[in-house]
Amino acid sequence: MNYQAVIGLEVHVQLKTDTKIFCGCSTRFGASPNSQTCPVCLGMPGALPVLNKKVVEFAIRAGLATNCRIAPRSVFARKNYFYPDLPKGYQISQFELPICQNGHLDIEVEGEAKRIGITRIHMEEDAGKLVHSDIPGLGSSSGVDLNRACTPLLEIVSEPDIRSADEAVAYLKKLHQIVVYLGICDGNMEEGSFRCDANVSVMPVGSTTFGTRTETKNVNSFRFVKQAIEYEIERQIELIEEGGKVVQETRLFDPNTGETRSMRGKEEAHDYRYFPDPDLVPLVISNDWVADVALSLPELPEARRTRYRSELGLSDYDAEVLTATREMAEFYEQTLEKAKQVAVGFNNKFQEYKKSNPSANLLDFGQHLFAKSAANWVMGEVTRALNEAGKSIAECPVTPPRLAELLALIEKGTISGKIAKTVFDEMWSSDKTPEAIVEEKGLVQVSDTGAIEKIIDEIMAANMGQVEEFRVGKEKVFGFFVGQVMRASKGKANPAVVNELLMKKLKGE
Amino acid sequence: MKITKAEVDAVALLARLELTPEETETFTGQMDAILAYVEKLNELDTSGIIPTSHAVPVENAFRADAVRPSIGVENALANAPDRVEGFFRVPKVIE
Repeated sequence: MNYQAVIGLEVHVQLKTDTKIFCGCSTRFGASPNSQTCPVCLGMPGALPVLNKKVVEFAIRAGLATNCRIAPRSVFARKNYFYPDLPKGYQISQFELPICQNGHLDIEVEGEAKRIGITRIHMEEDAGKLVHSDIPGLGSSSGVDLNRACTPLLEIVSEPDIRSADEAVAYLKKLHQIVVYLGICDGNMEEGSFRCDANVSVMPVGSTTFGTRTETKNVNSFRFVKQAIEYEIERQIELIEEGGKVVQETRLFDPNTGETRSMRGKEEAHDYRYFPDPDLVPLVISNDWVADVALSLPELPEARRTRYRSELGLSDYDAEVLTATREMAEFYEQTLEKAKQVAVGFNNKFQEYKKSNPSANLLDFGQHLFAKSAANWVMGEVTRALNEAGKSIAECPVTPPRLAELLALIEKGTISGKIAKTVFDEMWSSDKTPEAIVEEKGLVQVSDTGAIEKIIDEIMAANMGQVEEFRVGKEKVFGFFVGQVMRASKGKANPAVVNELLMKKLKGE
Repeated sequence: MKITKAEVDAVALLARLELTPEETETFTGQMDAILAYVEKLNELDTSGIIPTSHAVPVENAFRADAVRPSIGVENALANAPDRVEGFFRVPKVIE
């Protein structure tokens, strides 16, 4: 029999606030155990939680970016269970009235678009951390660190609309990109800032009744999610084929074996007895507040990609790469913004451009002129140099305005693209403008036909054999001559002029 | 009966309470009386009334996202029955 998998994901997003959700303790990662705690997050009797307003704002941002309805009224609830990392004996979460509902994300897998529903997004506090080893004197006990207790989380719950591990990964990557773009999550999966529980079931193809599902907890990388889901699908199918039944349970993914295993024991009658938390008053969100947050949203990756393709004429691939992170996209846009202002220096080209684009102004033309070269440089040299130096784009020593100056020098023909790479390397380690570097190092491109002709004549005289080959039809040797001329000019000859003159002379015109 | 002995035992387990059979008997009777009393409320027509989650008509109590000093590890652990190297020490939790 053939089976169809049905998958729903619950994603926990740790919010990038300075303080915890219900108290003023810092959320900084890596502090010594229990140093960032107070009566509220320790669960002391009588301590009163007060909601961090920024958490609400971040939740609204997430809701708007995932097409959710923002609830005008929502309520916090207590989820009751006992575990040593939960000091109060309950977790403050939202249950019946979450802050966001009924959203969706559109994903694409192998060229096919698909819409994944988002059931709800709610706010909650994280639990503390349990440590089972590496504490001197721990013996056969566990240590509890409550620094993470009360850290703000969003739980984003999808509909069971996902049908394969690849769709699950596409959905997660998109969601990850969005929360990082929104500036509400640092996206660090290793530190647990973005983690996923996968609900997986299988049913015979064509069936409309879902099978019994299992929940695999806390998978913290895209690769592990794929492995865990694929393993779970296969395990459930085998079990059913052998005449067994899938048990509804919580499972744990083991990255070392790529398998999931049952977590029975922690399970024990899931009855959380949710009820409204009397310590926290209802949350009422006005339309004005939602509108304010909507205005503050950055342009999201999807909208940016579309704009890069339609307005800037970039390819799908370029648009995808440049919008991968908000920092990269902003670096590119700042470079282009600055570069297009020098378009005034290209009046001839502008007049030419206006023939086919009569309504274009100078800045439109500048954008047209530099969109592709700026993209190539950001994706090429800039990314290469950053990778080599192990730096992020925010730390790039060559600023967007400086890169724009370099692009202008290339466009003007002052230097060739090849020389520009030398100039770029120099800009990387010094504070000088590209113009100053070009002047200092004598790198100005030679476009003077007389000087270039002289070099070509010399090269041809020294390589008469190849000249003959060319003349009998071996056009491949043309590249050899270009290389020789460029080398003789130390890379400074204008390649366009070299090509033109060389062709003429080799043909004996 | 509004509640059974089995339900009282289930709630006791969730609350980590150990009850003797006599206690279960007693509490079942008491809880039954409480539920029967509260049942009276069902006689009211509450359609069209928003469920009340709080007795006080207050909404939107916020704090700004500004760090305030924590109380320090020593204070945090002052009431702990057992500790080790700045951690609360608890019986081994099997993951």
